[in-house]
Parts: sequence; structure tokens; C-alpha cells
Amino acid sequence: MAGVDVSADPRPEARTPTLPEQRAPSSDETELRLPRARACPLDPPADYQRLRDIDPVARLAFPDGSHGLLLSRYDDVRSVLADPRVSSARSLGSNPVRVPPPEVRDLMRIRPGQFIGMDPPEHTRYRRLLTGRFTVRRMNALAPRVEQIVADHLDAMREMPRPVDLVQAFALPVPSMVICELLGVPYSDRALFQRRTRALLSMTTDGPTIVRVRDEMNDYMLTLVRAKRQRPEDDLLSGLAGRQDEHGGLTDEELVNIGNLLLVAGHETTANMLALGTLALLSHPAQLAVLRTDPSLVDQAVEELLRYLSIVQFGLVRTATEDLDVHGRPVSAGTPIVASIASANRDSRQFPDADELDVTRRYSPHLAFGHGVHQCLGQQLARVEMKVGFRALLERFPSLRLAVPLADVHMRDEMFIYGVHDLPVTWDDDGP
Amino acid sequence: MRVVVDVARCRGAGLCTLTAPDVFDQDEEEGTVVVLDDEPPPPLHQAVLAAARLCPNAVIRVEDA
Repeated sequence: MAGVDVSADPRPEARTPTLPEQRAPSSDETELRLPRARACPLDPPADYQRLRDIDPVARLAFPDGSHGLLLSRYDDVRSVLADPRVSSARSLGSNPVRVPPPEVRDLMRIRPGQFIGMDPPEHTRYRRLLTGRFTVRRMNALAPRVEQIVADHLDAMREMPRPVDLVQAFALPVPSMVICELLGVPYSDRALFQRRTRALLSMTTDGPTIVRVRDEMNDYMLTLVRAKRQRPEDDLLSGLAGRQDEHGGLTDEELVNIGNLLLVAGHETTANMLALGTLALLSHPAQLAVLRTDPSLVDQAVEELLRYLSIVQFGLVRTATEDLDVHGRPVSAGTPIVASIASANRDSRQFPDADELDVTRRYSPHLAFGHGVHQCLGQQLARVEMKVGFRALLERFPSLRLAVPLADVHMRDEMFIYGVHDLPVTWDDDGP
Repeated sequence: MRVVVDVARCRGAGLCTLTAPDVFDQDEEEGTVVVLDDEPPPPLHQAVLAAARLCPNAVIRVEDA
């Protein structure tokens, strides 16, 4: 493809043959599609190992017949995500997993407030309005409340008939309740937004359903935003509604889009890390024993689980806005780039024994929250929830174990955020 | 060791505060980096270097490291 000239790179690993200029469209089976087949449900698709070794800047075929690049090495993923010449705003049309249904095309235009699809300076304004609400200090101050919410759910779980689905009993409700209280969304509406989130983040939802669910979410949040304007409460949405900066205040549309973004991102991601993280620990008994013996390792264990599991499974899509070099290869302006976080976090060039789960791993500059200006706004909240959640779960359930074989766990292979659909667990009656 | 930050580029991810809380904090309103100790003692150097490396926007510069 134009802009990828392998002969320009003298490094041996870059001299592997890549695909020629002209290819039959997507019917050609030799074209590289986004790797999705996992040999083990806790490991990224095995193809990434080969890509990192022999084709780190690979030509990728998108399902719509267009082409771009797939980055699989840590250094390349990290540098592209921090590169100001690489845009988040132009990347919505490039979906490496499915051809977006025609009904959805209009939704792919970025609306006011949808800052994850913006570049500076538009992105900067929204981020500035929000970062002060998600600081380490503020999130640590929420820890006692998170502990209470976790304890309440674990108390209730103990009384349930076994096996229990850990997703419904613990992993999903805890972050849902936390983000509801933070934003000022009624927790009694959780079934609605959890169902809508599931529909929007699935790669198999049909176009008309996506449009309907998006409309429902916007209507719901607009009603809430108007209520907050009329009668402000002590919550984030009310605060944002009253906030003024040099551009004035936020419009209803901006508040609706920001509110929905925070609500969806605020519960779905952490919920999946809690459930999938528990599955990973239960599947690594030696590591689980290390953590049980020394619960103060939970901070490191959380970072390691973030690295090891990398739940943003299809990578982050960006677009080159000008001609640039990636890994010494020229990339022409307009090229879509898929940066695989999951592959980068298993790159042995960065992480010794990268495929080993090691809860004692000390310094872990993983990319699970992304990198650059878009690095996760809510990451400190997620950390508090995971530290509190894993620690309490292991304390309260010393004999916690899977109630089904690992191979029978229903994985979220088709979801934008990886994890488990449900996680049957059980435990013994003895113990505290 | 001397710690210099470029606040204009900071997006308030908070990794510095998480990694080296004796040296970095975040502004209460903006969430952007605040340096508590721009000449931290040697026992803190390793954490400061880690914070500088982790920063998603390369905001932290360490001189005479």
C-alpha cells in the first residue's frame, strides 16, 4: 500500500515480505484481518506473537475492504498513541471488526461533548472540565464508600444459593453503583443503562437496534440533565451543568454526551476487569496464593491484571493526519492505524516473561488505560474499585473457586470490552 | 535531581501522584500536576523517574538525574 516501504528499513525483522500493492478486496484469504481467535481465553490471540516478531507494522485489511496498519509492539503502540500527528477524530469510520451498519453512519459523526473522538484543542477543553473531578486524591477519598458498597454486595452474595454468578452478584453492580453515585444517576435505573451499554458495545448488534438504543440513552440523559439544571445536587453532573469556563457553560447536548460517556465507560470497563481478573486469579492458583498470603500486594496485582488482560481487545483506532514514520516505515496521511494494546502489553521486549501473570511484578508501564492525551480519565477510580474489590473478595471468600471448567466460561469474544458474560463461582461453608 | 513540569501539556491522568505522592500532587480544580518538591531527596529518585516515564504526555522532565 502507498506509504509502506519495507525496503527503507534496514532492520532484519522489517525485511519480511509484506503484501503487495494491489490485492483483491476482502475475499483474499491471505490478507491479514484483525486477529481474534484465542487459544486460551486469558491470552490475546496467538497471531500477535508472530506479528510482533516478524511483522510489527502489518498491513491490515478492514472488513469494508479498506486497508490500514496493525501495530503489535509495545514501543510502536505507545509512541503512536502519544503522537500529536495521529488523530482520534478521523478514526470513527475505520472499524477493524465489522462493517458498520448503514443506519449507524450518522452516529459516527462526533457530537459535542464526545471528547474521546476529538483531537486537541477541542478535546482539551472537555478534558479540562473533567480532570479535576477524577484526581488521585478525590478517588482515594471515595475508598470508604467503595468499601461499603463492596461489603454490602459480598454480604448478599454469601447468602445466595451456590453456584453464584459473580458478574451479577459483584462485578457489575459494584462499579455501577459507584458511578451512579458519582455522576448523580439513579441506581434504580441500572437495568436500563446496563442493557443499553451491552447492546452498544457488542459487535453483533444490528443497525436499527443501535440507533434505537442510542436514542433511548440520549433521551434518558437529557431528562436527567434538565433535572440537574433545575435542582442541582451534590454530584458530578450537577457540577458540570453549573460549570463555566472561557467558552461559557456546557449545552444540554454536550452534557448528555459527556454524561453517557462517563456512565458507560464508568461501569462496563471496571465490571469486566473485576470478573475477568477474578477468573485469571482463580486460574493461576500459585499467584492467587501469593496474593492471599500478602494482601498488600494488591496494588501491584491490579496493575498486573490490567496488563495481562488488556480488556480493550480490538485495539485503539487512530488515523495519521500527515506523512509520518512508524518503526522506521513511512506511513502516508490518511492511513488508519490500529494500535493493539493487548499485544503491546504482552511484548517480551518490554515485559520480561510477558505471558506470565506475576502479581509481584514491580514497575509495569502497561498501556491498558491507553497513552497520550486520551489516556483513561477514570483510571484512578478504576484502580480504587479494583484494589478494594479484589482485596475484599479474597478476604471474604477464602475458598472461592470456579464452579465450571475454564473452557466452559462464556467469554465476551464479540464485545468491544473483553471479559466474561457470567462467572459461576462457589465456595465452602467453613471459613470466616 | 531537579524536577521540571510542563503544566500546559498535562491532562491530569494522575500517574505521577500515584507513583511518587511525596513529589507530585494534582491541582484541586484542574487536576493538573503540582510539584511538591522540585529537588527530591535520593530515596525518592527512583519513584520520580518512574513517574516521568509513566506520564502519558511526557510532562515531567528530570534534570541531573
